[in-house]
Amino acid sequence: MRPSRAHPLWLAFVLHRVSGVALALFLPVHFWVLSYALTQPEKLDRFLSFADQPLVKIAEFGLVFLLAVHLAGGLRLMAMEWLPWSGPQKSLAAGAVGAALLLSGAFFLQVISV
Amino acid sequence: MSAQAEKLDVSVWRGDSDGAYQTFQVPAYESQTILDVVSWIQQYADPTLTYRFACRVGMCGSCAMMVNGRPRWTCRTHIKTVVKDGAVQIGPLRNLPVIKDLAADMDPFFDKWVAAGGVHAPSGSRYDPIEPVDPAGPERTEASAGIECINCSVCYAACDTVAGNADYLGPAALQRAWTLYNDAKHDARESILDAVSGTGGCHNCHSMGSCTVYCPNELDPMSAIAGLKRETAKNFFRKRG
Repeated sequence: MRPSRAHPLWLAFVLHRVSGVALALFLPVHFWVLSYALTQPEKLDRFLSFADQPLVKIAEFGLVFLLAVHLAGGLRLMAMEWLPWSGPQKSLAAGAVGAALLLSGAFFLQVISV
Repeated sequence: MSAQAEKLDVSVWRGDSDGAYQTFQVPAYESQTILDVVSWIQQYADPTLTYRFACRVGMCGSCAMMVNGRPRWTCRTHIKTVVKDGAVQIGPLRNLPVIKDLAADMDPFFDKWVAAGGVHAPSGSRYDPIEPVDPAGPERTEASAGIECINCSVCYAACDTVAGNADYLGPAALQRAWTLYNDAKHDARESILDAVSGTGGCHNCHSMGSCTVYCPNELDPMSAIAGLKRETAKNFFRKRG
């Protein structure tokens, strides 16, 4: 039997894990694509024009959100474990998601307005 | 008396870990706790039902069970708050071996409590003068935060890290360790950091916070474990420096 897990800090834990795994998968691909700048610039140009599609921009928004939420969530955990106070963790976890949405939303508005 | 005409469908776990749920019809009463319902089954329907309780007032920590999938102290929870569509499911505590029916084997829980350095070692004897402790001091405040633990094992049953790692000491044992670490009258404070920083120690905690959410006494084991993480890390760098 499994206890009900729908509480904010458990969801924050899942979000931190999922975003961490997604970023671990993304980074090698990211560096692989960047390597084309040195080895095959024309291939990189083709990829960059592919990346101009709206669907890819939405995916980029998701990526920036995952990066931001992993960063903010990680800062929350480090503060909890390293500072001599524990703070209102539920509010801090919600704040981490809010900050990540703000950052990725600002990024999205910026790329679609160009 | 109209309330007595109502019946609850109560599924209780029968047998050991290979058992199954058995449903009983239990009359509903006003002001009825989950423990009252379990006791009714044992007294009126099936005297072979095994369960554990002692004080019935939320002090002894004996009667914790899984109720509709979440760990609860059954003597202080009204059945009305957990019944869904006239039914409720009651099982033995998660993450512990089942002895029989609703009685879980608490040995692993208390073994880990001892392994985390939870046994008090007095720093003086009755012949020594009493050293004053400032109840508002920062250390004593940390220690006092965890002393109301009744060792009901609700946090241990709620913890997914315990479920995934049988060696993990668990929230209650680590909170006890943090309490003693901050207790000026405990004589083995340094050995606590060694006891809680091994393979099953505090650094396994993923800060999911289920312990703090489900603790019936509203204690905060997650923050206590964070305190142990901080002190063990500081101690590590002190030793190297």
